[in-house]
Amino acid sequence: MPKDGGIGDSTRRREDIRFLTGAGRYSDDINVHGQTYAHFVRSDVAHGRIRSIDVAGAEAMPGVLKVFTSKDFEGAGGVPCGWLITSRDGTPMQEPKHPILAEGKVRHVGDPIAVVVAETKAQARDAADALEIDIEMLDAACDMKAALEDGAPRVHDDLSSNLCYDWGFVEDNREAVDEAIKAAAHVTTLELVNNRLVANPMEPRVAIGEYNPATDEHTLYTTSQNPHVIRLLMGAFVLNIPEHKLRVVAPDVGGGFGTKIFHYAEEAFVTFAAKALRRPVKWTSSRSEAFMSDAHGRDHVTKIELALDADNNFTALRTTTLANMGAYLSTFAPSVPTWLHGTLMAGNYKTPLIYVNVKAVFTNTVPVDAYRGAGRPEATFQLERVVDKAARELGVSPVELRRQNFITAFPYATPVAVEYDTGNYHATMDKLLELSDYSGFETRATDSKSRGKLRGFGIAHYIEACGIAPSNLVGQLGARAGLYESATVRVNATGSISVMTGSHSHGQGHETTFAQVISEMIGIDASQVDIVHGDTARTPMGMGTYGSRSIAVGGSAMVRAAEKVIAKAKRIAAHLMEASEGDIELKDGQFTIAGTDKSVAWGDVTLAAYVPHNYPLEEIEPGLEETAFYDPANFTYPSGGYGCEVEVDPETGHVKVLAFTAADDFGNVINPMIVDGQVHGGVAQGIGQAMMENCAYDAEGQLISASYMDYAMPRAGDVPMFTVDASCATPCTHNPLGVKGCGEAGAIGSPPAVVNAVIDALQRGGYDVGHIDMPLIPSRVWQAIQDATAAKR
Amino acid sequence: MHNFELVKPTSIEDAVAALKEEEAQPYSGGQTLLPTMKARLAAPTKLVSLLGIDELRYVRIEGDQVHVGGATTHATVARETKEAYPGLASLAARIGDPAVRNRGTIGGSLANNDPSACYPAAALGSGATIKTDRREIAADDFFEGMFMTALEEGEIVTGVTFPIPQAARYEKFIQPASRFPLTAVFVAKYDAGVRVAVTGASELGVFRWTEAEEALSKTFSADAVKDLKVDDADMISDLHGSGAYRAHLTKVMTARAVTALS
Ligand SMILES: Cc1cc2nc3c(=O)[nH]c(=O)nc-3n(C[C@H](O)[C@H](O)[C@H](O)COP(=O)(O)OP(=O)(O)OC[C@H]3O[C@@H](n4cnc5c(N)ncnc54)[C@H](O)[C@@H]3O)c2cc1C
Repeated sequence: MPKDGGIGDSTRRREDIRFLTGAGRYSDDINVHGQTYAHFVRSDVAHGRIRSIDVAGAEAMPGVLKVFTSKDFEGAGGVPCGWLITSRDGTPMQEPKHPILAEGKVRHVGDPIAVVVAETKAQARDAADALEIDIEMLDAACDMKAALEDGAPRVHDDLSSNLCYDWGFVEDNREAVDEAIKAAAHVTTLELVNNRLVANPMEPRVAIGEYNPATDEHTLYTTSQNPHVIRLLMGAFVLNIPEHKLRVVAPDVGGGFGTKIFHYAEEAFVTFAAKALRRPVKWTSSRSEAFMSDAHGRDHVTKIELALDADNNFTALRTTTLANMGAYLSTFAPSVPTWLHGTLMAGNYKTPLIYVNVKAVFTNTVPVDAYRGAGRPEATFQLERVVDKAARELGVSPVELRRQNFITAFPYATPVAVEYDTGNYHATMDKLLELSDYSGFETRATDSKSRGKLRGFGIAHYIEACGIAPSNLVGQLGARAGLYESATVRVNATGSISVMTGSHSHGQGHETTFAQVISEMIGIDASQVDIVHGDTARTPMGMGTYGSRSIAVGGSAMVRAAEKVIAKAKRIAAHLMEASEGDIELKDGQFTIAGTDKSVAWGDVTLAAYVPHNYPLEEIEPGLEETAFYDPANFTYPSGGYGCEVEVDPETGHVKVLAFTAADDFGNVINPMIVDGQVHGGVAQGIGQAMMENCAYDAEGQLISASYMDYAMPRAGDVPMFTVDASCATPCTHNPLGVKGCGEAGAIGSPPAVVNAVIDALQRGGYDVGHIDMPLIPSRVWQAIQDATAAKR
Repeated sequence: MHNFELVKPTSIEDAVAALKEEEAQPYSGGQTLLPTMKARLAAPTKLVSLLGIDELRYVRIEGDQVHVGGATTHATVARETKEAYPGLASLAARIGDPAVRNRGTIGGSLANNDPSACYPAAALGSGATIKTDRREIAADDFFEGMFMTALEEGEIVTGVTFPIPQAARYEKFIQPASRFPLTAVFVAKYDAGVRVAVTGASELGVFRWTEAEEALSKTFSADAVKDLKVDDADMISDLHGSGAYRAHLTKVMTARAVTALS
């Protein structure tokens, strides 16, 4: 039994009280005295040359303070990119300037051209209508293949082509992989699209800039997953403001899913304009703006080949991907299709030879960057689809083909640079088959058939690399940042604790789970612990939350800081009890001399630290506050087996997801209820990607899924009750809590499970359908059935 | 949204008078109008609310007819026609979500004539009569194509009269994002014959599938439509489905409605 409120307890989320009663304090709830409102005027064409912008009419409108254009930003830097990728030929990626406001050209629908700042929102918008902007339309480069052809419209005139980089990994394996594929007994090939998605956090982005001329201090309130990163990027690269003059606050944030990691032009704009106008400037994105200005996710086109020997052992894997970067490089965009994707291509399998080639392409579309899973869903999707297809081609069970090739001995060094510390893939597979009643499937399929429906079961087994990441390693891989995390544990005089963490919670529940860890370590009630995050003025320099890294990296930093606190507190306790430090034990908030019943309470020790009357001042400083920075030794490797059961209506192509089972290995779990919730959310998003979400552009580069009228989000009725389990835990070997991270797993493992299930259903129904690209909307499934029927005739 | 003036008359007469002004527009549930105003796609200077006019808000069952006031909400229709005309009630109960159903009105839906709206299928499929402040218009003459109706400038829908069929059924296949019909079919069986109205499918808006009507009037069974072909020439093709798919759905939804009724 876990201790009440300690590690392993499903403590209810304390933050939900304010979120569910409407008492959260989101960025848009913040209003600064004297604030003005910014309205961004955005391009409605995908590609065009700006001939002229006449601001006079708009500036004369009531309430308008100023209309800004790129002219006002001469001398300011562009929005920087945080990761450098090197091409196969050793050249650095092409890195175009990303201006705050469009310079000379507009490059995607939604590209900001000008900003009106006015006394009210309505005035700013009215004046925007009066702005005269003359744009010469140019042909757009939208399709990635076409964008790479000679003579394609050039997104950036100063680059040699639309190719950002041509990355090969592991380049030294290339020839061996080619040879192995040639020599293989069987090769399964699959071409597929990983569909572009819009993250759609419930809270749209907001930025408020404030400037104090008396102290020359800037404050930015923003909807960010990592305020310190924004402070560093914007201060150092864009606006030239040193850290001590720039405070970034990311208060309650209503969901991020990756798209709030990045530094956006709007943040730099309001910070800049607040100083220029000597007035606070506020911008709140509308939902329509979010569709065309939040970084999108995924958008890969891939060909994967899996080679097997005569005994069905995987011998080699080759994959070639075109990855869409959009019009500019968003903060971490180049890393997603490369290091976050290529290094995961081994999956759960002992394939000895792997080669990954990725060409990143500029197009006249919204920038693409990390979205829940970031690279790992793209890797898992192609791998788990091709394994399923291979099983079908070879006439073997998809379960057995996976099992036969599973990695079973750990640690395991993959041929794609990473080393898995622990895992037990047979255990998660067993658990999945048990919980999903796999053996009863045939009976259920017969029942469906009697109702004219086709039932299918799909499996996917995933691996992910979380807890990003060892700084020296990512530095070698091109990251322009360290990826440690920080925490300060501040014990107050009466024993309560404030933890200042560099991690950021935007739905994950850190305020609850982090407090559980401290409660467990010290033995005081979790209500005595508060978690402070989201403000550069209050927290130590930290890298924020993404890549399922918070508990593994941020939690580890907190543990290290708490260990220092406990060590010092023991010394104080030893002094108070006149015992030797080595004999002091801390349990349930009491310091005891081992083997005796002599003890002092936690509160007595903390009070002594701050009221040091009876205190060895010559040996120990007063106070009880410690900071730790934790740089992980390796990634963590959560894994799991996912199963999806669907029913297809062959007459309409409609697919109903009947059941979904997730058997995950997250290592140790702090709060099982929160972990279940994270998996639920991830699986819902994965089902969304597989079944309905689709960010689509037409040939002219118009965004045709630009609102909820055309962009389908999954709703409760679209997903089944989930069966989730995290009992097959193999604790991480290299962090103090033995944790691996759970935030993205659901979104990584579920899309291939869903698609495998639909293909299974169609195959069982006698339709020889090899693949359908996501999303599996009814019309696509129906079309695949028509094509298979026609092919049979 | 731009600024506008809002008036709330209490009689049809006053409403019609108020609508004589240039740039004035009727405002009923606002479920279509307000989003377009927020997006600045419409900018009427004056909105004439119909919600204060009691004589526009009713459901009356009289003999073999259902009369619905022009400003009656979808939720009211769903509730009050359940026994007299369950096919109509079920259609109203599946429009949008509870918020939409408690604000949106039948007059607004018919006047707007969205090619994917539900009510036009019920009106056309029932051979309803649309009453306005100045005349009565047969449903067959009312719908003139996507977002177009026989209504004149300033003319308001005051009520709709539905003849009650022996049986009727609305089969709605939703577009996954908007949850409006991707294609939906309203089949109603009258003594005089069967009517089949299709919405969501055609570039020309709601239409009657006359071949199916003829076949079903002879034999009311799903088999009767099995070998018919729906012409996909004017069908909508978009992100969610091709014209051919919509033509196919027209047939499948019709057959399903008939099966459910037979
Ligand atoms: C989220 C959402 C989901 C929806 N789903 C569906 C759905 O599944 N199926 C469906 O059919 N509809 C759907 N709708 C549309 C909804 O039914 C609208 O309520 C309806 O189309 C318009 O009715 P209204 O009373 O709101 O009209 P308003 O928005 O007030 O007006 C619409 C137009 O009609 C005019 N008008 C209004 N009343 C009259 C009148 N009596 N006489 C003449 N002109 C008039 C107005 O001037 C305006 O041009 C949905 C709407 C939303 C917001």
